[in-house]
Amino acid sequence: MNYGRSNAQMNILDRPLPKVAWRSNDQGTVSLSAFAYLFSELVQYHQNKVTSISDLERRLEEAGYNVGLKAVELAAFRSKEYKRETRLMSILHFVSGTIWKSLFGRAADSLERSIDNDDEYMIVDYMPITSSYISVPSDLGQLSVDSYISGIICGVLQSAGFPARVTAHNVAMDENEMANAVASSNQLLVPRTEKAVFLCKFSREVLQRDAALER
Amino acid sequence: AKNRTNQLNHLKSETTMSSSPILFVIVGKNEPLYEAEFNKLYAADNALYQNYFVLHSAIDLVEKAAWTSTAMNLRVVDKVNHQSISAFVTAGGIKFLVLHSGKSEELLKNFFADVFELYVKLTMNPFYKYDSPIVSKAFDKRVRA
Repeated sequence: MNYGRSNAQMNILDRPLPKVAWRSNDQGTVSLSAFAYLFSELVQYHQNKVTSISDLERRLEEAGYNVGLKAVELAAFRSKEYKRETRLMSILHFVSGTIWKSLFGRAADSLERSIDNDDEYMIVDYMPITSSYISVPSDLGQLSVDSYISGIICGVLQSAGFPARVTAHNVAMDENEMANAVASSNQLLVPRTEKAVFLCKFSREVLQRDAALER
Repeated sequence: AKNRTNQLNHLKSETTMSSSPILFVIVGKNEPLYEAEFNKLYAADNALYQNYFVLHSAIDLVEKAAWTSTAMNLRVVDKVNHQSISAFVTAGGIKFLVLHSGKSEELLKNFFADVFELYVKLTMNPFYKYDSPIVSKAFDKRVRA
């Protein structure tokens, strides 16, 4: 096909996409320590450039946003069924199940609907890999580096046609949740006292369209 | 790749028999990202611009159809004169539109699948901004192949 050219110059369009990324261990996975190192450098890089907490969170969100936009296409391609999601509940299940599995190797721990507002949904993760290895000093008390993941979620929802605001919150866990978290994970992560909750607030038009599709 | 060449050659040869060009456009949220014409008839320039117009006017119909079905391939969404427009919407909301003479549904399905694969590989490039015009020559070459 490309005689006379070295393999290093093979175009990205020629290389096969790894079809089954999260099941095989040899290809398509990156070591957790490599990711943690790279991510900590990313956070430090942005920390040197901004002066406030919200700016840092915003930059992490933007970084995650680009990942999210592309993760949708990849997940849909890998599923081989070539289906899109048009309903709100199905896109949320898609995010908390398929996207989570393809990025972190496991499904999100829980998907809940907020009681107070009907346009808010929460995805809960007991051990998000972004904040497992990052300690936040007390003068940046409100910071959540999981805003990278909330940026990913935001990108996924945006490109699928469900614009939403996604924010990350650290919520204290109670006893049986902690036991569940330790039991369900097979990695040796630092024991945590807080779970990460990603709050997704959908815009009005999404709810209206979903209600219209219901009929 | 050879299979696809054969398919598209077949598609092209069919349309040369009916002597109408095929127009393929990739549309993002706000603007066309990529355009390719096959079998362009050099004498009929006016008809060519009209083809673009017809294709773009079908985008509304595509969006409407996109929300009622969870499949990606929406097949034929519009028929104008003797030509029909088929659409394929990706999970990220990018639309592939083809204006063609109405035969060869099956080949179009394979064509869409192949272009989708190329598109996903393109998005894996971290330097490709999502929803921006596709200027990669390699992409262009492979679509036309």
